[in-house]
Amino acid sequence: MRDFTNRALDTAQALGAQYADVRVERKEVQSVTVKNGRVEAVSETDEQGFGVRVLVHGAWGFASSARPEAEEIDRIAALAVAIARASALTQREAVDLGAAVKSVGSYRTPVQRDPFAVSLDDKIALLLAADAGMRSVPGIGVAEGSMEAQRIARTFASSEGSYLEQTLVETGAGIEAMAVGENEAQKRSYPNSFGRHQGTAGYEFVEALDLVGNAPRIAEQAVQLLSAEQCPSGLATIILDATQVALQVHESCGHPIELDRVFGAEAAYAGTSFLTLDKLGAFQYGSEHVTIVADATVPRGLGTFGWDDEGVPAQRTVIVRNGRFENYLTSRETAARLGRFSNGTMRADGWNRIPLIRMTNINLEPGPWRFEDLVADTDQGLYLETNKSWSIDDQRLNFQFGTEIAWEITGGKLGKMYRNATYTGITPRFWNACDAVGREWQLWGVVNCGKGQPSQSAHVGHGAAPARFRNVQVGVL
Amino acid sequence: MIGSAKVRALLEDVLRRSKADQTEVLLMGQDAALTRFANSAIHQNVFERNAELRVRAVVGKRVGVAATNDLSEAGRQRAAERALAIAERQPENPDFPGLPQPAPIPSVHGYAASTAGATPEQRALSVKTICDLALEQQFNASGALRTDCSEIAVANSLGVFAYDTFTSTSLKTVMMGPDEGSGYAERASVDMEQLDVEALAREAVDKTLRSRGPGALPAGEYPVILEEYAVAELLDYLAYVGFGALSYQEGHGFMAGRLGQRLVSERISIWDDGLDPRGTPMGFDFEGVPKQRVDLIRAGVAAGVVYDTQTAAREGRQSTGHALPAPNSFGPFPMHLFMAPGEASREAMLRSIDRGLWVTRFHYVNVVHPRQAILTGMTRDGTFLIERGELARPVRNLRFTQNALEALASTQAVGDRLLVVGGFGGATVVPALQLGRFTFTGVSSQ
Repeated sequence: MRDFTNRALDTAQALGAQYADVRVERKEVQSVTVKNGRVEAVSETDEQGFGVRVLVHGAWGFASSARPEAEEIDRIAALAVAIARASALTQREAVDLGAAVKSVGSYRTPVQRDPFAVSLDDKIALLLAADAGMRSVPGIGVAEGSMEAQRIARTFASSEGSYLEQTLVETGAGIEAMAVGENEAQKRSYPNSFGRHQGTAGYEFVEALDLVGNAPRIAEQAVQLLSAEQCPSGLATIILDATQVALQVHESCGHPIELDRVFGAEAAYAGTSFLTLDKLGAFQYGSEHVTIVADATVPRGLGTFGWDDEGVPAQRTVIVRNGRFENYLTSRETAARLGRFSNGTMRADGWNRIPLIRMTNINLEPGPWRFEDLVADTDQGLYLETNKSWSIDDQRLNFQFGTEIAWEITGGKLGKMYRNATYTGITPRFWNACDAVGREWQLWGVVNCGKGQPSQSAHVGHGAAPARFRNVQVGVL
Repeated sequence: MIGSAKVRALLEDVLRRSKADQTEVLLMGQDAALTRFANSAIHQNVFERNAELRVRAVVGKRVGVAATNDLSEAGRQRAAERALAIAERQPENPDFPGLPQPAPIPSVHGYAASTAGATPEQRALSVKTICDLALEQQFNASGALRTDCSEIAVANSLGVFAYDTFTSTSLKTVMMGPDEGSGYAERASVDMEQLDVEALAREAVDKTLRSRGPGALPAGEYPVILEEYAVAELLDYLAYVGFGALSYQEGHGFMAGRLGQRLVSERISIWDDGLDPRGTPMGFDFEGVPKQRVDLIRAGVAAGVVYDTQTAAREGRQSTGHALPAPNSFGPFPMHLFMAPGEASREAMLRSIDRGLWVTRFHYVNVVHPRQAILTGMTRDGTFLIERGELARPVRNLRFTQNALEALASTQAVGDRLLVVGGFGGATVVPALQLGRFTFTGVSSQ
């Protein structure tokens, strides 16, 4: 492999690249979907390729190919250089990567049970058992379960001397039950929405989910939701379950702290960020109960790895400390503009994509509250579970989320069920209205984080616990 | 690009290697380039060459899929064997109707040499045109120029063979000026020579100038004029939640149980047509089935949904040529949407509104309730208060939460020109709309 990477780097430098890196990747994915008692889809995908990223006179170029042949290495390296020279036609400022990074080593996701070694029969049997559990509940129209295993073998080499080999393994699964009525359809998911919950782990991750044991419960709730009352509107105290807190962190903290976004790199697509540079170290993002960290070292997180795709080691960075905004997610280029070092968050969605600043595991640190105490301490309010819809503006300020299910809280107790719950707010006002964070903390996986053009889908993690927020607008639907 | 003859040989080789009862081979290859700019300079500039082979093996009613981008003999053999092994190790799916039979593929013209041959320098110079016009105004330009050349081929053991090459290009820009002004413009085409870069840049400059210093406007219900960009976004999401046969059959899409019923204003007609050269044409779907025009909403009435082989078989009908690549649990999808134009000019629509809102585009739209077609999202890059038939002043971005069918039911006028806007996988061709009622539920602010 060193011959391969050396050839790419040497060619790029010989043609004028002041900096070059190359990633060679092989990705295997196995996915299984069952639906209504039948195997809906089983597939295995095997993909390989390499990408060469170069800086020429301070301008970026990138080219990639699926054909790992000697002539193609030369062609792609030369094309990357030519693209960088074209980029320079509009240059206003040369890119500065800061101090050189030389990392050498290897990393492998710790796995107890290789998900690719588990038989397809066992995976199908597990999903069909959960499917049967959901369909045992009268009124379920669509029952669906899915499972995925992914293995990426990645080699990274740079002209600064980095040479890294990483093997990252992910495993995940989930189930959904949908009840369909007159002009109404209601869905419940477990353990999370978006199809599945996933982590950097082996098949033990799926076994611990107890899909079969939870199947009847979510199916019953889906059916009950058809006749549940519409969630009321108004200002309310709300408690979010950990999965919804995870998505709230994702959209309203994880994205606005991406420093490339702050500098305008995503302006034409997903937008910019309200967390402008003047707020760094001087902005009360949330209440004293809110501490958020970016931690690429925590076990089983989807944002856990050895080094990022610039060769910067995985690390833990405090983003918000007791409500005060302290740090961004950075790359070498963006950190250098602040006179800092990268905190290691550049990740690419495959050999054919450039690395972008991506969330690692962006975690809300746990608080002291047991969930039952949190509810008992709430006189009137709502408990909202499991994300159903999400939307946020182009500065990450005005958000609206919907959840699959909500529960009335009266006199410190959970009461009746509501359907079609939504809540909306403005990011810093919302987080400053957080007056309690639970202790039942768990790391959740989000497998559909979109960013960049051409689009890239990242797998990211969020540690979260139930949390309470005061005076929130609910029920605009 | 690999080329028709070589691709055919590759696909036939895989069919020969497969020991399944039926086999389908799909090849999707592309040379894709994208030049992205921000702060009025190129900051990301990329190229990708890839080709994926996707083998669907059928044993009885058991189906397995294996995909690879290793097109070598060993890669082809492995994919054929893996697909078969997956099929053999699973229970039968009684719903599976078998692979489609061959049918004549209509000829379309979805290729332009100007796009296929676009160089990094050409893309950079187009971007420079936009950046220079922005810098003249001391605006900040960002955006992306994409040029793709792709080849798609499908063959199956029943005799299907379809192959074609396609090009597509899209150019988008967001400009940001002082006092929170921002503007947007977008074009999509098969042919890069058809992109009028300077006109696009001037549209964004003009919008940015007009939108300086937006003021607050309370949320509420307003009459609106939606520019084509906003209409395309609504249409794409309607397609996502309701225009495919699967959501219709499973009962959770808004079309379920409503065919033949009036859903929206009689001024509204929507269809999907992969053969129409005004969009990004494609003669066949990912099962190699010829594409048909499908009326989805005809003069306000729910007229139909699109089918692939499996959903069509459930109703004893033929596929309309809207399959996505296997395995596909989402169901068929319309990738070439059109909305019929009307007769109203933008100026006439504007003059007819006493008080309302002008919306350039929407941002981060998502589905709140698929059965009721309720969507939420933000306005962006040019939202204006209309007073007495004129754009009175720019306003801050607003959040909408709206039943899209009810909004379209209040259509008062349909624009007289069509714009091609990039859609989910293809292109969406739409007019501007004047709607009587649109519900805004929030305002963006710090």
